[in-house]
Amino acid sequence: MSNATDKQTGAVQTTGHAWDGDLQEYNNPLPRWWVWTFYATVIFAIVYWILYPAWPIGTSYTKGIGNTITFTVDQTGEETTTHWNTRALLAHDMEYSDGAVKQQQYLNEIIGASYDEILSDPDKSAFMRSYAKGLFGDNCAACHGSGGTGVVGLFPNLVDDAWLWGGSTARIEETLRQGRMGFMPGFGPTFTEAQLDATAAYVLSMSGHEGGDAEQVAMGQKIFKGETGGCYYCHTSEGTGLESVGSANLTDSIWTVADVNGAEGYEAKHAAVKHVIENGISRHMPAWEGRLSDGEIKLLTAYVYSLSGGQ
Amino acid sequence: MSSEEPIELYAKRIPIYPRSVKGRFRRLKWGILALAYGVYFLLPWMRWERPVGPDQAVLWDLPGRRFYLFDLIVHPQDIFWLAWLLAIAAFLLFFVTGIAGRVFCGYFCFQTLWTDVYIAIERLVQGERPARIRLAKQPWNGEKVTKLGLTHLLWLGVAFLTGFSFTMYWGNAPDLAVEFFTGQAPFAAYGATFFLMTTTYVMAGLAREQVCTYMCPYSRFQSAMFDKDTLIVSYDAERGEGTAGRSKVAKGLKTREERQAKGVGDCIDCGYCVQVCPAGIDIRNGMQYQCIHCGLCIDACDSIMDKMEWPRGLVRYTSENALEGNKTRVLKLKTVGYGILLAILTGTLVWNVASQAPYDASARQVRQPLYVQLSDGRIRNSYELKANNKTTKPMTIDITIEGLPGAEVDTGRIKHLHVEPEKSARLLVQVIAPKPAGAGPTQRDFVFVLTPTDREDIKPIVVESRFHTP
Repeated sequence: MSNATDKQTGAVQTTGHAWDGDLQEYNNPLPRWWVWTFYATVIFAIVYWILYPAWPIGTSYTKGIGNTITFTVDQTGEETTTHWNTRALLAHDMEYSDGAVKQQQYLNEIIGASYDEILSDPDKSAFMRSYAKGLFGDNCAACHGSGGTGVVGLFPNLVDDAWLWGGSTARIEETLRQGRMGFMPGFGPTFTEAQLDATAAYVLSMSGHEGGDAEQVAMGQKIFKGETGGCYYCHTSEGTGLESVGSANLTDSIWTVADVNGAEGYEAKHAAVKHVIENGISRHMPAWEGRLSDGEIKLLTAYVYSLSGGQ
Repeated sequence: MSSEEPIELYAKRIPIYPRSVKGRFRRLKWGILALAYGVYFLLPWMRWERPVGPDQAVLWDLPGRRFYLFDLIVHPQDIFWLAWLLAIAAFLLFFVTGIAGRVFCGYFCFQTLWTDVYIAIERLVQGERPARIRLAKQPWNGEKVTKLGLTHLLWLGVAFLTGFSFTMYWGNAPDLAVEFFTGQAPFAAYGATFFLMTTTYVMAGLAREQVCTYMCPYSRFQSAMFDKDTLIVSYDAERGEGTAGRSKVAKGLKTREERQAKGVGDCIDCGYCVQVCPAGIDIRNGMQYQCIHCGLCIDACDSIMDKMEWPRGLVRYTSENALEGNKTRVLKLKTVGYGILLAILTGTLVWNVASQAPYDASARQVRQPLYVQLSDGRIRNSYELKANNKTTKPMTIDITIEGLPGAEVDTGRIKHLHVEPEKSARLLVQVIAPKPAGAGPTQRDFVFVLTPTDREDIKPIVVESRFHTP
């Protein structure tokens, strides 16, 4: 734009006002396209006020006309219709968008399939793992950890190949549905110190830990297999444990309560086992039936199975 | 300007009414236009046989994450080819511009092509340049409304076809076209068509040469690549002006001999070269940034020279050096350098496309937990293996490992990974190995060897990974 002041003095348009005697203002109108754009934004704003929530009125606000969103409320399963808002829009999209519908279809297909079908099909398996990872994170990870490694002494490790309650899909599903009570009585009140030491030494020897006094081990064996301790009721006389009661296999290198693998040296390992025998175990996994849908339980079962390779 | 007059808020466009011209460059331009339009408008409708995938020759399948280009299928991971292609296009532009000036602008740019068509429509409806100028000046009456209305209607028609054809590249054209006209196409189809229709109409119909002069960055930086050897459309001032300047054909200035005797140049100042210019400039004023080097003024001047029976070339493609009487050098460091770079880039891209791996795979270790101790004391690591079959046939992959003594691979119930054509598959692979003697954590490198068992045409591939023990 050429500068009007260059032409000649007096040729410049002013707004016509004069302040303080001689203070004037040049008239610099907006370009035409700018003005049009401005009017367009005004019209846009008016249309927006009508269609979308806009004006506060007391404790409420204008809700927008002819612009509602219908979605299903997660918690109650009821269908609601509300005025336009981004939260409802998200809920609606999570339910009805192309991606959500496709995901739901595939999810239903997988839920309808057998465990064998899910675990033998790479695509179904991959989808199951992606989807159930979220479920696991929401519901299971608080105790078992997001990777499923659990906490020694408190929550079992789900990724190793040892199973207290059985690692078949049927047993895992049962565990999830009903929950489990892991209980072992404490022998502190009934055993003498020597008996505790002996039993702990024998238990360690079952998994090949050397360093125990031979006499002590022999005494421990008697307690374990005899009526003094009665340990074999649950752990069996071979010490391999029973799935039906959730007793641990004492002959392998997996320790879920006494931190034998984490302890340095025989003395420490012995102390860890002795502590468990003395105080017993009382662990509780809640039942998930009713809290999770059948489909979710199925996916989680397959997921836990695939984490460890099952049994 | 008196102070009562309203001040102009912006500089108005001076309308240009280019006159039509016949000649070599006009024919060349029509030829290129026909070719470009033929490709652009018909390509989406071309069918192509493929073992799997759509039967459209060129299809940009965004939901499927595939670009189909005849027998070439471009996957998302090949997207760096696009960067390569853009680099090649840039160097090609530098190379050509260095030698022959704004060839792209004058003959290939879609702004030029579409503007050409729009001007042709304008001429078809409203007549030649004088008729158009008269029509523009006359008051609004039936004739003006009809003619201008028809022009804009036809412009909108071409604009719509342009946008519609663009949209057809992004879906199966016959289906998408039916959906489009029955109101069932996705919003993106209508949006893209409408957007391109609007831009075509505005740019080729209304803005025209302003796009080149004010908006286009290429037109500006191409001038930076010019040198004294670059071919430019140029007026031979020495011949045209002589010593006494140009002059119209008048008494005593009819033949060349008469004119030369009086020092008058060959330019008869007919103004034809100015009238045909789509950029509205006078080429006789020398090289100007608005000039898109379309060559129409050469055709105009040549046709006049032919009528005068004087030699052609008063306006011609030439270089500054040639105008000054020196030799034009084409082979020099700049052009040769661009040429070599262009050859290297093109060669690499072609090689890369030709040697595209038929399938690829990756192994991502499960890091939570990094390792698990099993009941027999061995250690297990888990990996998420992903195989991507880029061929058009299914394949079954056998998974083994090398470099980890005593280790075994457990893939659960999926013994072989079956990958459908043009699909990828994921698999959780567990590797179990004894703990090596000696204390302390170790990290051992090993490789997965993925062997397609049912495809003899495809070699096994090796994916590197690492095994952790506590």
